[in-house]
Amino acid sequence: MTVWRLAVREILHRKLSFLMGVISVTTAVACLVGAQTLLRADRVITGHLLEQKQTEVEQSIAAKESVVKQAGADLEDAMRKHMLGLGFNILILPKEQSRSELLLNGMTATMPESYVDKLGQSNIVTVNHLLPSVTRRVLWPEQNREVILIGTRGEVPIQHRALKKPLLEEVAEGKMVIGHEIQKELELKVGDTVTFQKQEFTISAVHPERGSTDDVTIWMNLRQAQELLGMQNLINAILALECDCAGDRISAIRAEIEAILPGTQVIEKYSQALARAEARSKAKESAESALEQEKKSGQATLLREKLGRDQLEQQHTGFAAVLVPLVLAGSAVTIFLLALANARQRTEEIGILRAVGLKSQQIILVFLSKATLIGCAGALLGIGLGFWIGWGLGGLSGTGLAWQQLFATGNLLQTIVAAPVLAIALTGIASWVPALLAAQQDPAVVLQGG
Amino acid sequence: MLLQVNNVSKSYAGAQSSICAVNNVSLQISKGEFVAVQGPSGCGKSTLLLIAGALLKPDSGVVLVDGQDPYALNPDTRAGFRARTIGFVFQQFHLVPYLSVLDNVLAPALAVPGNAAETRDRALQLIERFGLSDRSQHVPAKLSTGERQRAAMARALLNQPKLILADEPTGNLDHQNADALLGYLAEFAIGGGTVLLVTHDDRAVAHAKRVIHLQHGEVAEPIVS
Ligand SMILES: Nc1ncnc2c1ncn2[C@@H]1O[C@H](COP(=O)(O)OP(=O)(O)OP(=O)(O)O)[C@@H](O)[C@H]1O
Ligand SMILES: [Mg+2]
Repeated sequence: MTVWRLAVREILHRKLSFLMGVISVTTAVACLVGAQTLLRADRVITGHLLEQKQTEVEQSIAAKESVVKQAGADLEDAMRKHMLGLGFNILILPKEQSRSELLLNGMTATMPESYVDKLGQSNIVTVNHLLPSVTRRVLWPEQNREVILIGTRGEVPIQHRALKKPLLEEVAEGKMVIGHEIQKELELKVGDTVTFQKQEFTISAVHPERGSTDDVTIWMNLRQAQELLGMQNLINAILALECDCAGDRISAIRAEIEAILPGTQVIEKYSQALARAEARSKAKESAESALEQEKKSGQATLLREKLGRDQLEQQHTGFAAVLVPLVLAGSAVTIFLLALANARQRTEEIGILRAVGLKSQQIILVFLSKATLIGCAGALLGIGLGFWIGWGLGGLSGTGLAWQQLFATGNLLQTIVAAPVLAIALTGIASWVPALLAAQQDPAVVLQGG
Repeated sequence: MLLQVNNVSKSYAGAQSSICAVNNVSLQISKGEFVAVQGPSGCGKSTLLLIAGALLKPDSGVVLVDGQDPYALNPDTRAGFRARTIGFVFQQFHLVPYLSVLDNVLAPALAVPGNAAETRDRALQLIERFGLSDRSQHVPAKLSTGERQRAAMARALLNQPKLILADEPTGNLDHQNADALLGYLAEFAIGGGTVLLVTHDDRAVAHAKRVIHLQHGEVAEPIVS
């Protein structure tokens, strides 16, 4: 027979009173643990959500970045391609070629073909690709129509430079490249054979529509063109492609070329490629500004999300700050009243136990043992219930997050460990006064009743 | 002298005036004596018993149990003294409702530190002696009144007291059970114990060595049987 056994027997005898005590402790502990769990869940979910959002924003920025990169690459590519198709930046012409004549009737003056070789063998640095050509507006007798005939030799390498990939392929002998209008009007296609001034040519390429004289131009090998035109070893112009001649540099180019080829003049050609490049550059700029915008809106989204979460967390914290102490106080009062009622209920048996010799401390101990049991049972149930409620309210169940994450940081574990101690302290303190009252009861009063 | 009550008085605070329950009572009981106190209802028998049993401090007078004035001790020491020296049997049995017969019998052991196994053996022996062996795990509510009173008797004897105070122990019993209980008390006295029995049952008087008559809280005249 022990005091403990006495307490347990009494609990089993008055299950309802014990159950009510346990329920009120459970409520208090569940409230405390639930609030803590909820606040932790808030934190964990916030972290998770912000991480997710961050990733989304980063992905979106990366996508935009790749667009910008693509736009940049497109621009670069376009520059190259259009220069190849349409553009040359400067035109080297014989000095006697009048500009008005050039614009009215095309190239009329000639210079020796050897000039291009001279340029190629020079130490010229301001231009890259050299393209000698003859150009003449002629009648295509077999077709009875006028065309611009251009004879090109392909690129002449500049010898002191490393060999570059040529921008233009030479038109081979017996081959012909034609412009869009000609192709359309004569209904020609690659592989067709045509006769030009009694010579046979095979169409090797057709240029797409360019909206310039190129559309009414035919290109053939320089040598053949010179023969057809009776211009052996003569050329009209040298095109210098891909020359880095923006801004003032044109004067440097002029100086350099005129020094090598005194009998020439250099004119700048505005190319469509430049206009296109400008457009591309605009596209690139707008892609860049879109990227900037994306970055900004990403930051704003993150901030908004964070503010929203902060607000929710604050709401929960505020709610917990009011609810938890309230429920704890309510539970303490309930336990106190239950213990008081229990002490009154036990008047007779306490009188008997006092009569048979139990000390007042033993009576107090009986009460505190019961309080401890109520505290333990309530704490265990409360921890389970509180965790479950906090988990549910926190919305963790839907996120696929693991419960372990709640304990990774923060003091939920401490709360859960401290909860039984707190619960036992709560029941102990609340039961203390009723226990004292019971212990001080005069056994004679009870026994006289009999 | 095992029990000495000298000029003891006790009054209760009533609604208007105080009620004098015990008035200047003196009595001496030696070791091994079986004494009965008789008197009409309300004459102060129970009050006298509680005073003698170290449960109710008198307004005046001195009580000596086994040479010790229990009211000179502090309440907890007095409780321990009571547990070791005095056994009680009441008309209402006063068993703890949720404890089995065995646990009820063992309850006084909580107040007296001792060998748990020995105490338990003693309790089982007492239970067997009072014919409750097959009832030892039952709670009081499942017992007959006679069995309840026997369980109370066993509890009173657990700590091997020197004095048994019994207040109307036969009041709720039939003849057969009452006789049996009085027999046990007489047996206790024969074994060297001292019994103070409060009753208005005339049969109890047959077992008593001495009868004290109480009237209006005072001793009327001692009658020696
Ligand atoms: N706690 C109390 N407070 C006030 N008066 C009391 C109290 N206990 C007893 N009395 C009164 O004291 C007187 C003696 O009571 P007591 O119980 O000692 O009588 P009794 O002889 O045991 O009676 P009964 O045979 O009916 O048990 C009675 O008048 C009773 O009303
Ligand atoms: Mg009485």
